[in-house]
Amino acid sequence: MSGLRILVPIKRVVDYAVKPRVNRAQTAVETASVKHSMNPFDELSIEEAVRLRERKVPVSEIVAFSAGPPKAQDILRTAMAMGADRGIHVQLAEKEELEPLGVAKLLQKVVEKEKSDLVILGKQSIDDDAGQTGQMLAGLLGWSQATQASQVKIEGDSVTVTREVDGGVETLKAKLPMVITTDLRLNEPRYASLPNIMKAKKKPLEKKTLKDFEVDITNRLKTLKVTEPPARKGGVKVEDVDGMIAKLKELGAL
Amino acid sequence: MASVTKLLRPVARAAKVSRPLRPAFSKPAAPQIRCLSSTAPRREIDISEIPPTPITHLSETEALMADSVSKFAQDAILPKVRDMDEAEAMDPTVVEQLFEQGLMSVEIPEEYGGAGMNFTSAIVAIEELARVDPSVSVMVDVHNTLVNTAILKWGSEALKKKYLPKLATNTVGSFCLSEPVSGSDAFALATKATRTENGYKINGGKMWITNSMEADFFIVFANLDPAKKYKGITAFIMEKGTPGFSIAKKEKKLGIKASSTCVINFDDVEIPKENLLGNEFEGYKYAIGLLNEGRIGIAAQMTGLALGAFENAAGYVWNDRKQFGKLIGEFQGMQHQMAQAWTEIQAARALVFNAARKKEAGEDFVMDAAMAKLYASQVAGRVSSQAVEWMGGMGFVREGLAEKYFRDSKIGAIYEGTSNIQLTTIAKHLQKTYTK
Ligand SMILES: Cc1cc2nc3c(=O)[nH]c(=O)nc-3n(C[C@H](O)[C@H](O)[C@H](O)COP(=O)(O)OP(=O)(O)OC[C@H]3O[C@@H](n4cnc5c(N)ncnc54)[C@H](O)[C@@H]3O)c2cc1C
Repeated sequence: MSGLRILVPIKRVVDYAVKPRVNRAQTAVETASVKHSMNPFDELSIEEAVRLRERKVPVSEIVAFSAGPPKAQDILRTAMAMGADRGIHVQLAEKEELEPLGVAKLLQKVVEKEKSDLVILGKQSIDDDAGQTGQMLAGLLGWSQATQASQVKIEGDSVTVTREVDGGVETLKAKLPMVITTDLRLNEPRYASLPNIMKAKKKPLEKKTLKDFEVDITNRLKTLKVTEPPARKGGVKVEDVDGMIAKLKELGAL
Repeated sequence: MASVTKLLRPVARAAKVSRPLRPAFSKPAAPQIRCLSSTAPRREIDISEIPPTPITHLSETEALMADSVSKFAQDAILPKVRDMDEAEAMDPTVVEQLFEQGLMSVEIPEEYGGAGMNFTSAIVAIEELARVDPSVSVMVDVHNTLVNTAILKWGSEALKKKYLPKLATNTVGSFCLSEPVSGSDAFALATKATRTENGYKINGGKMWITNSMEADFFIVFANLDPAKKYKGITAFIMEKGTPGFSIAKKEKKLGIKASSTCVINFDDVEIPKENLLGNEFEGYKYAIGLLNEGRIGIAAQMTGLALGAFENAAGYVWNDRKQFGKLIGEFQGMQHQMAQAWTEIQAARALVFNAARKKEAGEDFVMDAAMAKLYASQVAGRVSSQAVEWMGGMGFVREGLAEKYFRDSKIGAIYEGTSNIQLTTIAKHLQKTYTK
């Protein structure tokens, strides 16, 4: 085998530390002059791809891909500073949003063009929390999938993925090519070091548009209204365990 | 006024600027005040044709590194800040991580194992680190802006090959100028160097030397010919462990406690002639040049500190603390103070980044650096003091970091030239410009 060709799709989202606010018109979350960064689950994906290579799994190329506004270029550079070899940026207009199915279709084309044999995605992006793209992509490609990975091992073309499920861990085994989605416990993403940031400057970043892919990405969903969750009401303090049991009974929870 | 325009005319012509120049924003009549930058300007192009951009704009690389450093500082340093301050010691793993991240080799070229970035990147890193811990920040500052720069600029090829890869990966550096007898009057230093068969012998001692506990590499200024007064000052490289080199005392301090500050003695320290930095009798020039730009680093440490103190308090007053049925940050008395503080922080940052960009562009930046350091340290002092008050009792206790920012801020008005010395520098430039 000539080495894995890994594709890592990443998304630029409102930074996880920022408290999202709903816009006045209640149509979306406020994004203007709000700090954005790489979707945290996607950092795990990049990190895992780089670690596979560091663990001497034969990896011939790690390609980071993002469809997003011009600023998405920043997260592609970050991905390259973390160790991706090159980047592909499909430029979208500032407010243009793709739905999971649209992204999956787009990724299918990219996989075909790049001859990828492993796609590592975040299990969800923290803006829409849809958690669908990886699965849809696997379906479209007809590939095996392992979602919410907490450990990935690759030997030859055999992939072992561990995932944390209720009450324990589940181990899946599949053959390449496949789609893996990442979960929080998979690894701890590195900080891009200064020398690597400089190296990333020299790595190729290809700019594309949706037209280059000839996919039908027509949105099928309509957002009716976006609202903040109701404010939490203050709780009550109980004296002791008996007090708590009594309270829970009173509330009908026991 | 007539003489000012006369003075500026040749500059205006040289720079081909069509906009009218006002004294406050123009270069002082070019050759009169030497631009004492110790690193070559990165941009050898004529910047007069480039459309001006907001001074706070960072290049893509600078922005990326600001982000990465900020994340690193939050995750890896912040949890240790209180403990390091209480222990009055830098955690060795932090030092190790600083090297790993490339933060100790910002401007060292790739060929020597460094990051090969520009001066402003170093400034950005120093500011980001100070937001979380001014002690870690000054370690990085001194190592990069004083020590690395000195070798990059004046080191022989052999010295560069020998030391730059170490300074980039595992060896902390110190800059030894001040002595018990020479602080503000730095060139009154009494440490003596004498020539020997194979090199030099150094006798004397230094005081208040940052990084000296962690450092293995010291740039030492000594007078090779006291008859020449300050023109006898020469710079040498000394390794820790050289016989006769000793750390006499580690100071206990008001602030930046995790940053080591020591008294160092030199007792017949023999160093080989290869360890002469640059040329004999030029040490005073090197020191001036280094401190001129190093000052921008200290200014960035202070704006970072001010930001850190502000953000720490802002988080509390606008989220946690309620009095009289309201978040305390909702009282107008608080809000106006905070708005004022924020404005001052941004004004200081504009001075800092402007000084850094001017240095990079190869323009004279000496007065800009002095103004940046003067003002940034004043703002840091004011804001961190107010931030303690905004947080009330919670600001005063050693559980949080508010009181630490306050203590740490004081050093900004002292090292790399006290505030009075900055004022003197600024006034000298002004007098030169306005003397008819
Ligand atoms: C924590 C710390 C770290 C340091 N790190 C280093 C280091 O790594 N390397 C190094 O070489 N040095 C270092 N220093 C030394 C530092 O640069 C000096 O302390 C500083 O230059 C001031 O000198 P001084 O302490 O002798 O004060 P002095 O010069 O005695 O000044 C005392 C007061 O007199 C005022 N004053 C003095 N001269 C004048 C004048 N002409 N006009 C008006 N006012 C004047 C000053 O402004 C000040 O207010 C460090 C100091 C500290 C505290």
